[in-house]
Amino acid sequence: MKYTEEHEWLREEDGVYTVGITAHAAEQLGDVVFVELPEVGDTVSKDDEIVVIESVKAASDILSPLDGEITEVNEAIVDEPTKVNEDAEGEAWFFKIKASDTSPLDDYMDEAGYKKFIG
Amino acid sequence: MRHNELWRVALVPAEGITISGDKDRGGIEGRDSVRTVSGAWLSIACRQQMEGMAMSASQDDLKRTCLYDLHQELGAKMVPFAGYEMPVQYPLGVMKEHLHTRSHAGLFDVSHMGQVIVRGENPALSLELIVPQSIVPLAEGRQRYAMFTSEDGGILDDLMIANRGDHLFLVVNAGCKDADIAHMRANLTDCEIEVIEDRALLALQGPAAETALGRLVPWAVDMKFMDVAVTDSDFGELWLSRSGYTGEDGYEISVPVAQADAFARALLAMDEVEPIGLGARDSLRLEAGLCLYGNDIDTTTTPVEAALEWSIQKARRTGGEREGGFPGDARILSQLENGADRRRVGLLPEGRAPMRAGTQLYTSAEADTPIGQVTSGAFGPSIERPMSMGYVTTDHAEIGTRLFGDVRGKRQPVTVADTPFRPATVKR
Repeated sequence: MKYTEEHEWLREEDGVYTVGITAHAAEQLGDVVFVELPEVGDTVSKDDEIVVIESVKAASDILSPLDGEITEVNEAIVDEPTKVNEDAEGEAWFFKIKASDTSPLDDYMDEAGYKKFIG
Repeated sequence: MRHNELWRVALVPAEGITISGDKDRGGIEGRDSVRTVSGAWLSIACRQQMEGMAMSASQDDLKRTCLYDLHQELGAKMVPFAGYEMPVQYPLGVMKEHLHTRSHAGLFDVSHMGQVIVRGENPALSLELIVPQSIVPLAEGRQRYAMFTSEDGGILDDLMIANRGDHLFLVVNAGCKDADIAHMRANLTDCEIEVIEDRALLALQGPAAETALGRLVPWAVDMKFMDVAVTDSDFGELWLSRSGYTGEDGYEISVPVAQADAFARALLAMDEVEPIGLGARDSLRLEAGLCLYGNDIDTTTTPVEAALEWSIQKARRTGGEREGGFPGDARILSQLENGADRRRVGLLPEGRAPMRAGTQLYTSAEADTPIGQVTSGAFGPSIERPMSMGYVTTDHAEIGTRLFGDVRGKRQPVTVADTPFRPATVKR
């Protein structure tokens, strides 16, 4: 697993990266009430705002951590946004992206690094 | 992930004042002039204070209620609100706190609100000089919703007025309480205005509120909606009203500061009762269709525009026994007869995306000119959908009218809806 400073996690499988937000971020956001995901097939660039997430407390944008193509999105969290609070780093992933450039991964943190980052 | 804290956007400017905000921006001087001129001056002073809060509130300036230590102990997340450090949520979280209040009972610290006693020869008649409501016939032991109006018909604050026999007891919003007190002292020259500083104020709301409070004050179960009473108890003299701001049955209880912590703990020790923060208070009041001062009503909205004409009794209207005679009467009485150009309405967005305060409203997906805007918006945990309220031009205010809100650059359909979104369950 890799982690960004924007509180996203990435898990790789055969060149496709599954992306979600960390449990820490979900806790900070509070109860999630709305999620808007990108479309499958969208070509996105790193730092594009591709997900909108609204909690009882805040409206947030999730940035694409990589350049690439969206291959799958998790409709289950659109229907049931509270899943994000229940299992942020498991079932409640947001989207899968086939990366066209994996170099940003070098800048992302491992689990120990992220734990240190959030203090 | 980038996010905008909605508490700051939606809640803080709503009723905000800090001490430093006053001083830095000349609010104290402003208030001195309020004593002599009132009306429009007051609205300017109040607005300055609110902006002061939004701009310059820092942790150091914030006041604390006497239950601060209890909130900390309960694990509350504290935020600045109306010049106070207040609990926005407890470990249960906003959604569960909201649902718990609807299914059992929630305890709210509302000690930041202003408690004021008005004494005089005929305080009810005097108060009618500055509120459009009929206070004279208010029976002893009863409470009524009211508002202070400005010379141009805007709303300076909304409040509760209770008749307690030889005096009136008022509860006003935290963000406007200093201005309200100055306004009363300036205009009610034959009355004594006593600001109560040695009492906390708690709200106990929800279907189990009666059972819970009944264990401590048995006869409280016999009170009806908007009854008020004073009683001795194990926690000193309690000032009770059967009311609240959640759409639920429940009580508001003024308790001496010295006994407030013990009283709150006695209630929280009961299985039915959980502590509830400002976050759930906001979604509860919005589901109940109730206005938040500073968001949904302010000095720029009249009572008729705000759809609060139900609160203005016949006696104060054109042709009534005590017609007019309050600030802004010409405009407000005319609007009561002829209507206003715009109106506060309930709004139910289609889909799941909440339409927050500030969302512009249009008649179509293409229209260029907005016909209104959202003043409060959130997800309603009990109605399980997003809900909003806002102002629209009167020709688009009919229930069922389909409009479009601009949410992050996309036009989302929204329908004008009746409020409350969830029917009130008060004990009539």
